[in-house]
Amino acid sequence: MKRTPTVGEVLRAKGVSRRGFLKYCATTASILALPPSMIPRIAEAIENARRPSVIWLSFQECTGCTESLTRSASPTVEGLIFDTISLDYHHTLQAAAGDQAEAARHAAMVENDGGYLVLVDGSIPTGNPGFSTIAGISNVDMLKETVAGAAAVVAIGSCAAFGGIPGANPNPTGAVSVMDLVTDKPVINVPGCPPIPTVMTAVLAHFLTFGAIPDLDKHGRPMTFFGTTIHDRCYRRPFYEQGKFANTFDDEGAKAGWCLYKLGCKGPTTYNACATAKWNSGTSFPIEAGHPCLGCSEPNFWDAGGFYEPLSTGNFDSGEKLAGAAVAGVALGAVAAAAGRRRQAKFTKEG
Amino acid sequence: MDLLEFAKGPALQVAAYILVAGSIWRLIGILLLKEKPDYSEPRQSAGLLAALKVIYTRSFTAAPFKAATLYPKMLAYVMHIGLFATVFLFVPHIMFFEGFLGIEWPGLPNNIIYLLGVAAVVASFALLVRRLTSPVLKLISNFDDYFSWFVTVLPLITGLMIPVRMGLRYETILAIHILSVALLMIWLPFGKLGHTFLVFVTRGTTGMVFERRGAKT
Repeated sequence: MKRTPTVGEVLRAKGVSRRGFLKYCATTASILALPPSMIPRIAEAIENARRPSVIWLSFQECTGCTESLTRSASPTVEGLIFDTISLDYHHTLQAAAGDQAEAARHAAMVENDGGYLVLVDGSIPTGNPGFSTIAGISNVDMLKETVAGAAAVVAIGSCAAFGGIPGANPNPTGAVSVMDLVTDKPVINVPGCPPIPTVMTAVLAHFLTFGAIPDLDKHGRPMTFFGTTIHDRCYRRPFYEQGKFANTFDDEGAKAGWCLYKLGCKGPTTYNACATAKWNSGTSFPIEAGHPCLGCSEPNFWDAGGFYEPLSTGNFDSGEKLAGAAVAGVALGAVAAAAGRRRQAKFTKEG
Repeated sequence: MDLLEFAKGPALQVAAYILVAGSIWRLIGILLLKEKPDYSEPRQSAGLLAALKVIYTRSFTAAPFKAATLYPKMLAYVMHIGLFATVFLFVPHIMFFEGFLGIEWPGLPNNIIYLLGVAAVVASFALLVRRLTSPVLKLISNFDDYFSWFVTVLPLITGLMIPVRMGLRYETILAIHILSVALLMIWLPFGKLGHTFLVFVTRGTTGMVFERRGAKT
């Protein structure tokens, strides 16, 4: 069998300097919240790691996650690290098609049995198997067959992690997440619509360095990136505390960059690294562009109330029911008063 | 449905139905009671003005009791002003009210709200200590007093925990806060917290009765 080059060899061949590589390792250690003493270990592990075989399965998705990753600032070392993985199967990126593509998937599974990573984007329909098929294979069957020999599964994007938009009410295809179906393998959720590219590469770097999955929160998300809320790290947070809010998208508050809470920002309940890792090579993140956070990395974000309704808005179903309660109150009060009057009359009579 | 969705949805809805139905029940039940016949000659005509006068004058202590009641009165004011500000002048709360009233009003900066909230909690605990240490107050206190205190202070404490977090996740502590508010809303019409909507009715009635009898108000 052909010797698989190490990540270090691939990077050197692509002209990445030692300095550039160590800078990437230091950044990775920093964003993974690891001490500086871990930088040499990360460098050694990544440099000597064999290119891990990755099988990327795309189910009910919009390709936004792939767009996010492939359009992550080029040519950064993160991008190259991503290039160095052996992406053996990916609908959008692979040259092969039809039987050849499926043959590539099977070959990767056999050659790397027990050691390959499966990356999934998109939710999996559990209703009619014909809702979504690839090469005539239903998504459920393809997922189960592929993860059988995998070391770990990474659910990329909110659809794979939580069902996402296909799983939103009324969920016509019976869409479920990866972790709903895969229970016997480690599953790392990297949600977001789409997820942050840096987070993706850092999760891979963690896996290469330690051979294990990072600490996860209750939703299976790496704590390092999903441990704090957008609100906690938001540069507009001081305005929230000062009570300075934008009331519309074009008022003086919006122009002054005040807090977007009133415009429906879900930052306080959204765990993600947008405010720190940012997008487009650290250019900005949605709030910096003047739009409230939609909470896209949270489960059921599509059904969690209006995007532009403030977070503290209660979910009262209708004013009619409240009016009904008021009428009931009047009736109860009348009955209570009648009983009271009878008692009064009795006392007056006795007295 | 997670805890926050439950708290913001069904829990708040049921609590609101009970609050509305219970408050109107209590008010109508009292307002429709037959007035006791007063056979004495009216000293003065007892109009709305008399009611308004007592509503105002009873907000302050009568001169002879000033020294004796200064401490609890001060605490009660701090507690009530703090509670009012945290409920009605905190911007996320104003957004909540706007959600179903359709109107909004200016709020205070969060940091000032936190300060007033802490003051209200401290005053509430001081009042509880007083209640527990004064033999007279202890004697006349029952479950209603203690439970009403508890359901009032709980939302204040859970609300103040939201910015501090105390190791809990934001949405968890927010859900707990909303659930504690739901508990307050459910209890409010039935216990001594009913004074929220009865206080001015009873004061006004007292004012009119006193005026009719020629008492100094």
